Amino acid sequence: MALKQLLEENKSVILSRWFDTILETYPVDTQHFLRSKKNQFDNPVARRISDGIEGIFSQILNDDEEKDVSPFLDKVIRIRAVQDFAPSRAVAFMFDLKRLVREVLGKAIRELQLSEELGRFEEAIDKMGLLALDIYMKCREEIYELRVNEVKRSVSRLIERANKICGIPGKEGDPEVCSTDNLT
Amino acid sequence: MSKVASPEELSRVRYGPPKKGWMDSPAEFKEGRWCYGSKPKDHHVIGLPNPRSWSPGDEDWKLPDNWKEIFLEGMRERLDKFRTFRIFMDICVRCGACADKCHFFIGSGDPKNMPVLRAELLRSIYRGEFTNTGKILGKLAGGRKLTYEVFKELFYYFFQCTECRRCSLFCPYGIDTAEITIIGRELLNLLGCNIDWITGPVANCYRTGNHLGIQPHAYHSMLEFFCEEIEEITGILPEPSFNRKGAEILFITPSGDVFADPGTYTCMGYIMLFHYLEGLGLDLTWSTYASEGGNFGYFTSHEMAKRLNAKMYAEAERLGVKWILGGECGHMWRVCNQYMDTFWEPPKSLEIPVSPITGTRFEQAKDHKMVHICEFTADLIKHGKLNLDPSRNDIYNVTFHDSCNPARAMGLFEEPRYIINNVCNNFVDMPINTIKEQTFCCGGGSGLNTDEIMDLRMRGGFPRANAVDYVHQKHGVNLLSCICAIDRATLPPLMEYWVPEVGVSGVHELVANALVLEGEQKRTTNLRAEEFPWVEEEEEEAEEEALEVSLEAAEETAAEAAEEAVAEAAEEAAEEAAEEVAEEAGEEEAEGEK
Amino acid sequence: MGIWVSFFAVIALVLIPSVGAQGAGQYIFGIFIPYVAVLIFVIGFIYRVVQWGKTPVPFKIPTTGGQMKSLPWIKWNPLDNPATTGGVVGRMALEVLAFRSLFRNTRVELRDGPRVSYGSNKWLWVAALAFHYAFLVVFLRHFRLFMEPVPGFVGLLESVDGFMEVGLPRLMISGVVLLLAALYLFLRRVAVPQLRYISFAADYFPLFLIIALAGSGLLMRYFIRVDITSVKELITGLVSLRPTIPEGIGVIFFVHLFLLSVLIAYFPFSKLMHAGGVFMSPTRNMANDNRQNRHINPWNYPVKVHTYAEYEDEFREKMKEVGLPVEKE
Ligand code: SF4
Ligand code: SF4
Repeated sequence: MALKQLLEENKSVILSRWFDTILETYPVDTQHFLRSKKNQFDNPVARRISDGIEGIFSQILNDDEEKDVSPFLDKVIRIRAVQDFAPSRAVAFMFDLKRLVREVLGKAIRELQLSEELGRFEEAIDKMGLLALDIYMKCREEIYELRVNEVKRSVSRLIERANKICGIPGKEGDPEVCSTDNLT
Repeated sequence: MSKVASPEELSRVRYGPPKKGWMDSPAEFKEGRWCYGSKPKDHHVIGLPNPRSWSPGDEDWKLPDNWKEIFLEGMRERLDKFRTFRIFMDICVRCGACADKCHFFIGSGDPKNMPVLRAELLRSIYRGEFTNTGKILGKLAGGRKLTYEVFKELFYYFFQCTECRRCSLFCPYGIDTAEITIIGRELLNLLGCNIDWITGPVANCYRTGNHLGIQPHAYHSMLEFFCEEIEEITGILPEPSFNRKGAEILFITPSGDVFADPGTYTCMGYIMLFHYLEGLGLDLTWSTYASEGGNFGYFTSHEMAKRLNAKMYAEAERLGVKWILGGECGHMWRVCNQYMDTFWEPPKSLEIPVSPITGTRFEQAKDHKMVHICEFTADLIKHGKLNLDPSRNDIYNVTFHDSCNPARAMGLFEEPRYIINNVCNNFVDMPINTIKEQTFCCGGGSGLNTDEIMDLRMRGGFPRANAVDYVHQKHGVNLLSCICAIDRATLPPLMEYWVPEVGVSGVHELVANALVLEGEQKRTTNLRAEEFPWVEEEEEEAEEEALEVSLEAAEETAAEAAEEAVAEAAEEAAEEAAEEVAEEAGEEEAEGEK
Repeated sequence: MGIWVSFFAVIALVLIPSVGAQGAGQYIFGIFIPYVAVLIFVIGFIYRVVQWGKTPVPFKIPTTGGQMKSLPWIKWNPLDNPATTGGVVGRMALEVLAFRSLFRNTRVELRDGPRVSYGSNKWLWVAALAFHYAFLVVFLRHFRLFMEPVPGFVGLLESVDGFMEVGLPRLMISGVVLLLAALYLFLRRVAVPQLRYISFAADYFPLFLIIALAGSGLLMRYFIRVDITSVKELITGLVSLRPTIPEGIGVIFFVHLFLLSVLIAYFPFSKLMHAGGVFMSPTRNMANDNRQNRHINPWNYPVKVHTYAEYEDEFREKMKEVGLPVEKE
């Protein structure tokens, strides 16, 4: 419990350092932009990241059985999944939190002898880290699905039509069934 | 055991670029950022130089030996031909006002996606190869030489610009990075470096008139197919005409809407609107020859844009129409609005467009004789010529995406909003710095709507999606409407990834949903075959009524029916029996004869 | 690196006249160099503008920033989307006098709830305006040095400019503003990584030069006084093409004059030409009336097209099959 209290008290420090750590994974020229512009429409990336980590953090502190970090993890990861990060780098920010907490609260934890709690806390973060990886993979899969769907959609009606001509109703979307060669 | 770096260790690695200047950090070709290279067969169809199979991922791009000369000569020629190009090369002060206005920079954070730097990539060559200070002072004066690496870098970044012109709006001198990209791409094209998703459609459009290369008979049958679908929904079979000489108006729209959902619904919308107006005196024809409004040639070179654009006026003249009506499309209207009238002198046979229904003269198109369908429809609504039932769009909470080209190369903001407000009950705009002239690109304009760069598109489209997400959360928006065929292709995946609850439509799809056709059957669904919300209630009511009636009736009828049935059965039985008897009797007779 | 090169270049430019403007050297720095610089400026400026002017404008491609002129009942934005020459003049005036496009940056809006925020770029707009207007005022004030009698507007400017009524000689705000704005523009370039990334020597050099120019001017006015009558005599001589070098003008004046000479000589070959270019930028100085008035491309040339006849030849049979009308049976 005591650790939770500590975290709660130091929430804003940890969050802002966490945010900075994430920004450091972007090119320096971009960091300034991400930091300086506060408007959520002019600078949606930073906004998403800060909303996301705030949510994750409050879920960690949340005792509720039903707590669910995935929507907040999703917020951060969904954008990083399309920004050229390797999977490990895209989700590393979760593990950074462990280091940050030790850095910020290390002394207090030692003094209050909370290392056991800290262990449990870190275990929880590890689990979230793995969850983050799942979400990353899900996002990537979605991207591939989008690609497939788009190709299908771009000729959807044509194929539907072709199938009608060939008398194969209900086989929409399957170009093998009836070649459209005679049309082009 | 080998030591594996822990995630913590990994995360300590700094991602910032080396502290080198941008000229010293060449582009890294990352998969998912470049499009597939153009194919030789398409080069042959449209006569592009240097046909060969190649990939931007290759080390060797198979350029001709004198590529440098060709490039620099092309650049010199264009410096002398385009005042835009020369001035934009000369006067940028690198104030940075445009730097954070590009959706690709906002979404990706790649500093070379800042418009000013995108332009500097070429500007540095201008300084290094064409100006004395640059030649002498080199890097100090911001100049550099054209090398193989630099050339590749140009390709990489000019195909990461959607020519959306958002940067131009914020530049104090109006420097238009889109224009620089256009000319940059022309130069790349001189060496045959283009992408497959541009040259393919260009070649197809050139030959058959649409981007997929569908032949006229099939194009025609696609539209017939839509008419059948309309009949299913409304009970009315429209009969559009094609290539008809002597019609008053020629209608041209991008072919994407003929083949791909959800553009198809917009296309059905046009057909229904025109059918409705036929009763009021509209005399309009489609064309299979000029069947592509979109112009991917514009993403190749000015010349290619002109070659594809030729069909519009040519077909208008051949058919002898009085004016041209243009469908919902972004870059088609960029070309039609800002280039067509310069490319060609409008045929003498055309007249100043006048709406045959309202009598409105479209003075704004008095020379070039082409009217945007949103202007046309807004005018109809204003004059009360359309019988509309906006409640048929009640399942939608609509917002409107201003497509870059009608926004920043035309200024078409109020017409589509006026139409939507008249055909829908629920409309809300996105925040002001993301719409109208400040609108964000869909992330896939200028020929970048191909699937191999889906990552790039998701990043680039993120600022747009973010604004949609905002109105989705705040106002429950579930439909993003637009007046661009490329948008209708690129926004669905963008929404699917970022805001999956929001669909995409054209404006005329909404018009057709609301439009009450004369003599139509009771409509129960919109064009997407989604049931109107009240249909279920009505059906339930109807069922209940029917039930009551039948209960009462049942008792009487049942009794009657039973009687009848018995009587019938008896008759039948009697007949059968009689036959049997007769047969038997016959048999007996026969036997007896024996 | 560019930043240091520019810095030392300007230091050198300060040192050269400090050392050289003695005795006969004063003729070089007081007469010869200024004349040459003006000559370079005039010829260079004209050359650049003519070169731009000679380059054709093949297409009319204004960037539209508001509702176009369309149906009469739709509210049109004639300044951001002009359809007439008058509108274009208005748009250009807004651009040149009020830096309209830079101002766009700062659209005020809600953030994080009801709080109003101004984008950081508002500072760019303010600084740019301050910088340019201060420069203009300072420039006009110098007219007093060679115009006899002093024109009325100069007096007026001075009374406005010196409204603070402090110091002796009276403190002129414009000079200070110019220096501060230039410093701001410089610091911004250094402090914002994304700007540092895009800047090179040619961006720092004019800033340093102007800072040095303004600094030497302020020094001369408030601290190291020079004999104003002699300065007037020299400048009047220069302007009236009867140059003389009166006795006893301090070296600081020659530093100031030399820096000015360098600035104007450098002008036509640098990005400072944006002063002329802004008027000629086709995305801003053309009306969005493409559909009403045909724009002619002087080098328009015929291109190879795919004609209807070719198209029908290829597809005639198939077209006939589905009942599409054809030209030749
Ligand atoms: S806004 Fe214009 S002048 Fe400023 S950096 Fe961008 S292109 Fe250059
Ligand atoms: S035109 Fe659009 S995509 Fe291209 S640099 Fe400018 S803002 Fe970016």
